[in-house]
Amino acid sequence: MTLIDLANPTRFLSLTARLLPWLAAATAILLAIGLYQSAMAPDDYQQGATVKIMFIHVPNAWLSMFVWGVMSLAALGTLVWRHPLADVAAKAAAPIGAAFTFLALVTGSLWGRPMWGTYWEWDARLTSVLILFLMYLGLIALWRAVEDPSRAARAAAILTLVGAINLPIIKFSVDWWNTLHQPASVMRMGGPALDRAFLIPLLVMAVAFSLLFLTLHLAAMRNEILRRRVRTLQMMQASRRSA
Amino acid sequence: MSLGPYAPFIVTSYLLATMVVLMLIAWITVDYRRQQQHLRELEAGGVVRRSGRSATDMR
Repeated sequence: MTLIDLANPTRFLSLTARLLPWLAAATAILLAIGLYQSAMAPDDYQQGATVKIMFIHVPNAWLSMFVWGVMSLAALGTLVWRHPLADVAAKAAAPIGAAFTFLALVTGSLWGRPMWGTYWEWDARLTSVLILFLMYLGLIALWRAVEDPSRAARAAAILTLVGAINLPIIKFSVDWWNTLHQPASVMRMGGPALDRAFLIPLLVMAVAFSLLFLTLHLAAMRNEILRRRVRTLQMMQASRRSA
Repeated sequence: MSLGPYAPFIVTSYLLATMVVLMLIAWITVDYRRQQQHLRELEAGGVVRRSGRSATDMR
């Protein structure tokens, strides 16, 4: 099956039906391994056991940006190539991205209280991630507000691409401004600054959450394709009644 | 495994993440069943796709 074949929603559904059980199983196994390693990880010499929050917070923070990146690619697919599944992919990803961003904000806040002495600070990193969360909610509201999917798709694609400007701001906010949030300690020049005892569980959890996203995203795309089929059939039913 | 004086912050983080992930899974599962139910009802009412194939056909 080539990539162009996936433009056909029926073929996409067929592939999804075969992939989903394997992806779900791989996600569950990797999450179990990641959670075990997180539980067994030693305390940090400065942060103590609160370092365990990192294994949840960081993968969610990475995914909050990654999902918007995926939606931005899908937005290009909608506007430039008019790929039939591009808008389906973007619409299905938004609630999942919003959930990851919500978790990144809340777990960050719960980590911040014992370490910084405050749940929230209006610094550049925290504020830019909050803006990302609000943008997710705005996009979801837009898709719900516009009844015609093709009109909603174009408006959402433009908004997504405009919102993508926020991604480098989030990433480099800790370098460009003096923030309470620590600078990057994994994806940075010179390699990760984390000890292996923390880095390995963190990477396992990151891969597990990425697989979770892939699984949920494919399932949500399948639902969206079915929803559009329902809409088409309902319109056929309505036109038949009025004829 | 001792979580020390900040155990409530750590436990809350993990519980919250579990709850949100379970909610996402439940929402997607319920939504799938709802869409399939809608399609079955429409097909039972004689509304079929132009291709003639079942709208719930995944093959």
